[in-house]
Parts: sequence; structure tokens; C-alpha cells
Amino acid sequence: MINQLFSGDLPRSRVLGAALIAVFLGLAFAPFLTSGARPLNTAATICIYIVLVASYDLLLGYTGIVSFAHTMFFGIGAYGVGLGLSGDTPGWSGAATGLVLALMLTIVLALIVGLFALRVRAIFYAMITLAVAASFAVLASQLSDFTGGEDGKTFSVPELLSPGFRLIENEIAGRAIDGKLITYYIVFFGCLLLFLFLLRLVNSPFGRVLQAIRENEFRAEALGYRTMVYRIWANCLAALVAALAGALMALWLRYVGPKTMLGFEVMTDILLIVVIGGMGTMYGAVIGAALFIVAQNYLKTLMANSAPALAGIPILSDALHPDRWMLWLGVLFVLSIYFFPTGIVGKLRGTVHSK
Amino acid sequence: MTSVLPPTLPKGILPAAPDAALPAARRDIAPLLLVPALMLAMLPLVGSFPTWITLTVAGLAMGMMIFIMSSGLTLVFGLMDVLNFGHGAFVAVGAYAATMVLLPMHGWLEADSLLLNLGVLGLAMLVAMLVTALLGWAFERVIIMPVYGQHLKQILITMGGMIVAEQLISVIWGAEHIALPLPASLRGAIVLGDAAIEKYRLVAVAVGLVVFAAMFLVLNRTKIGLLIRAGVENREMVEALGYRVRRLFVAVFAAGSALAGLGGVMWGLYKETLSASMGSEVMVMIFIVIIIGGLGSVGGCFIGALLMALVANYAGFLAPKLALVSNIGLMIAVLLWRPAGLFSNARR
Repeated sequence: MINQLFSGDLPRSRVLGAALIAVFLGLAFAPFLTSGARPLNTAATICIYIVLVASYDLLLGYTGIVSFAHTMFFGIGAYGVGLGLSGDTPGWSGAATGLVLALMLTIVLALIVGLFALRVRAIFYAMITLAVAASFAVLASQLSDFTGGEDGKTFSVPELLSPGFRLIENEIAGRAIDGKLITYYIVFFGCLLLFLFLLRLVNSPFGRVLQAIRENEFRAEALGYRTMVYRIWANCLAALVAALAGALMALWLRYVGPKTMLGFEVMTDILLIVVIGGMGTMYGAVIGAALFIVAQNYLKTLMANSAPALAGIPILSDALHPDRWMLWLGVLFVLSIYFFPTGIVGKLRGTVHSK
Repeated sequence: MTSVLPPTLPKGILPAAPDAALPAARRDIAPLLLVPALMLAMLPLVGSFPTWITLTVAGLAMGMMIFIMSSGLTLVFGLMDVLNFGHGAFVAVGAYAATMVLLPMHGWLEADSLLLNLGVLGLAMLVAMLVTALLGWAFERVIIMPVYGQHLKQILITMGGMIVAEQLISVIWGAEHIALPLPASLRGAIVLGDAAIEKYRLVAVAVGLVVFAAMFLVLNRTKIGLLIRAGVENREMVEALGYRVRRLFVAVFAAGSALAGLGGVMWGLYKETLSASMGSEVMVMIFIVIIIGGLGSVGGCFIGALLMALVANYAGFLAPKLALVSNIGLMIAVLLWRPAGLFSNARR
């Protein structure tokens, strides 16, 4: 049963298994373990980033495609739901219409980008996707009548999901069963399903072909696989999952904006997580995203607390300034590419499949 | 580097007399005509001649600056097959390094003497190039050397270098935006007839032309240029002749970084404000330019930069909404015409 659920791809390491269970339990019971908006927000962001990063791992880790357009699809999904709900009376039909349109746009764009650019070498593809994604972000922030421009758009959600709504009057385990809680569980189970789907995908024959392409495209082609078709499929599927993650993000934040959805910072976050967590291991996304988002939310506070102790030393105090936490993650990123190419998960599993 | 088999010669050439000249490579002039053709085609669309002059000079100036920033990247790629995604960081570092000269020597910048102004500017550029060249040398040693020949890792690791560099800029120079004023005598515009031309743009065009001419001469007329071109063709052979290609490549990397630094100073003065993220912002433009030009081709990079800037300027005037996607539109149009860029390096 468990084996089937994980598609036969068990953690294969006791520490990793324990960490995964901890993350799973933490996320599943987050609303009851903590109180207040911030921890719950952190938990929801972790859920969504796990899916976003895992779908990117399908491209980078499993197929060996470096794409910088992943946030574009994330943003399309988010904007689809956001704009669908931004009418006067937010309803499920609006959200559904927006989502379907967004998914259609995602497929079309992923196909175009894929057909156009996947024929070329990795470097070329990376550059083209970077250019396309940047132009898309500019477009979204400039078409202010439609997208709300640089400020983005806040919108309300259907009544079932709004904070004022009570499913039952009584509290359960000290927690009111309100719309926020329902939204959280929609996000949680949505992400769980998407993650299990990705896990299924990479452990299917399809996923094996992708890995073959990563290892040696020429040989995969020689075996009779049409590598172009597989790469385009991988591209489209990853884009679709990213768009769905974006839709959940919009539903959770009740806000869409270019910086949180389309910004280049999001793309660097994804890259950092996927590499530090472990490329080519879906579980790397789980561990990486959990660590990263927790660090993002709490490391700053920690650094701010330790900053006064270093106030006298000129450069060091600037380098340990709370806003500079990305510096240390960046250094960790570079080091992990050199020394732990398989990331945390690869290290824990003790398997180093060097290239 | 992969060994390249000699091209099979057409049958007619082999039995020719030994003193017969080698057949000259065919000149590919179609891309060269693109820029003048575009400028001419836009004249009737823009309508008024003075406006056209202003737009064209602005476009040329912007194009020259973009060329300076991207030429180093495409040169390094052509020679070493390394694509540095952190190239934008050198642009930003160059611009920030220039502030170390420009801000303390504020008085000279405000002085009403063209010579003094240009002197400070030149000094700032020199410092910027020196700093970025040193940084480029270190970057090559520490970051890139272990990943030669592995494109996937190159992309990731130089991206990481960019993130670190961006943060370090904030650590060293502070996270706030820095205002960078133009020297006094370069502010404002000259009026030629009815057309107003900003002075700084003329400076940018001049510097761009000088850089292009210098690169062209060094690559085509000097021994170093000959070695560089030979090293690109066949590294093993040049090494077998006793030249240290590796050292040459490091020098080229440093030179490419210095060019990025120079471009950064000019771009910073053009924008008149600096932010740590300016590197990743210009990176998109740089990539589009070298994709259009054909990876590794300096001439293509020059034409691509001019084309992109001109199209952006004309589109900004004729259809502001369209200007946002004009870069991408241009890139798609060029790639549909020539899938590998204007001047493709056929072997790559």
C-alpha cells in the first residue's frame, strides 16, 4: 500500500524517512499545532513550493533541461484564478473558468517554447526561456488595466473559503473550523495529490526515458525514443503542475502580483531549493522547500537577534544583516553544486550517481 | 574540446596548382544591411525628420552600450564555450566600482570644464575595468574552472555566482539605490536644426565605436588575435605549437569582464541610478542580443545590439504598448529567418 502510494520510490534512508514523516505530519496538522497567521502561512507556502519545486525538478533533475520560464507558468495559474475571482461576486464558476483558461494558455505557451527552443542546446534554451519569462513579467506588470500592474490585485474568495465562514459552530482541538482552515486543507491535499502524481510520473517508464535522456540523449535517441517528443511532454507536464501550484497560491493569498508570482526572485528561490535539496530526487523538493521557507521566515529574525553582538565589526555586521540571508544561501548553493551534486537527499541516501 | 574533422574539400580544388590561392570565404552581408534598412524604413513611419534623428541617435547610443556589455560574454563563449550567467554581476560591479571615483570627485564632475569632466569619467571607467578584470580573473579561477565542458553545471554555478555577487554588492556598497549624476558638461542636449541630441548619447556612440574598432583590430590584426582565433579553431594544435592557450583564455575572460564593467559604468550613467539588481535586469537584454547575433560572434553581437535598441526606441515612439514585447518579437523574427542567429558559428 505505502509502496504503491510512493510508486515504489521509497526514501531508502532512515534519516530521510524520518525527516519526510516529520515534514508531512507538521504540514498535515499545522493548523492545530500552532496558532496565529504566520506559522499557517509558512506551512501553506511550504506545501505550494514543494509542488512548484518538484515540478521544476522534473525538468532540471530528471530530464536535464534548464528552464527559467517556470515562474511564468506559476504566474499564469495564479493570475488565472485571481482574475477569475476578481469580479464583483466571486464564485466557483469564475475561479474554474479562470483556471481552465490559464491551463490552456499554459499548454499553448509550453508547447511553443518547447517546440521553438528544445531543439537547441541547454545553454540556448536557458537563455531563451529567461528572455521570454522576463518579457512576460514586464507585460503582466505593464498591462495594469487587466492585471493590476505592479501592485497586483487583491480579490475575495467564495464564501466557503472566506475567514468569516464557520463550517461548524464548535471548535475542534482549540481551532475554529473556518474558511481559512478549509482553504489550508484544500492547499494541503491539492499539493499532496500533485506531488504523488509527480512521484508516479518519474517512476513510470516515461520517467525512466526522461532520465535516459538526461544521461545520454544521443543513446536514448539511438534506442528508438523520440527524445524531442519526450522533452516537450516533460516541459508541458511540468508547466501544468506549476500552473496548478500557482492557482493554489493565489487561492491561499487571495492576492496576485508580479513580484510574488512572476518575479525573478521566485525563480532563483526555486533553483536554490532544487539544488540544495537534491536534483533528480522528488524528495529533495520536500526537504529543500521546508528548510528554505522556514529559513526565509525565521532565519531573518534569528539573524536580527544576533546582529547587535557584531555591531562593531564593519563588513561582518553588514554581511550578517538580516536582509543578507540570501548571501549565505547563495554560497551554500555554489558549494553544494561542487561538493554535493545530489543535494541533501542524495547525501542522505548515500548514492552518488556522478555524471 | 571535441576534435573537428577537416571539411572534405570539393573535388575541383585538390589537384589545383600549389600556388593557387585558397578560395576566399564568402562574405555574408545580408545582416549588415539590416540596421540601415531598418533606419530607412522607419523614416516615413516616424514622419518628422528631427524626431527620427533623435530616436535614431538614442537607439544607436543604447545599442552601443548594450554592445559593450554583451561583447565580453559572447567573446568568452566563442573562445571557451563557457556561458557565464553571472555576466550581469560584472556589469553591476563595474557600475558600483565607478562610484568609488565619481562620488568622491564630485567637485570635478560639477566643474565647468569638459576636459576635467572627461578626465574623471575616464578614470572611473579605468577603475571599473580594473576591478571587474580582477574579479573576472578570480571568478574564472574559483567558480568556472572546475566546470569546463559541463553546460548544465556552468549555468547553475554562474547563476549562483550572480546571486552571491548581488548580495555582496549590497554588503559593500549598501542596499539603497545610489544616484549617479552625469558630469556637468555632458548634461543636456545639443540642438541640430530641429533635432535635439543628448550629449551623453554622443559620448556613448563614440565609446562604443572605439571599443568595436579596438576589438576588431585586436582580433584580426594582432598576433594575440590570431592565437585567439586559432585557439578557438583547434586548441590542441595551438598548444602543440607551444602556446599556452589556457593562459590566453584566462586573459580573454578577464578582458570580457572588464568590458562588462565598462558597459556597466556607461549604463549606470545613462540610467543615472544604480541598484544591486541591475545586473540581472540587463542580463535579459544581453542574452537577447547574443542570441540574435549568433552565439560567439562579436560582429553579430554588434548588429544585434544596434537592432534591438533601435527597434525598442522606434517601437516606444510609434506604439508604446508594443515596445514591451519588441525585444522578444525581434528575437523570434530573427530566429525564424536564421535559427542560429545572424552570424552563426556553423560548427557549434
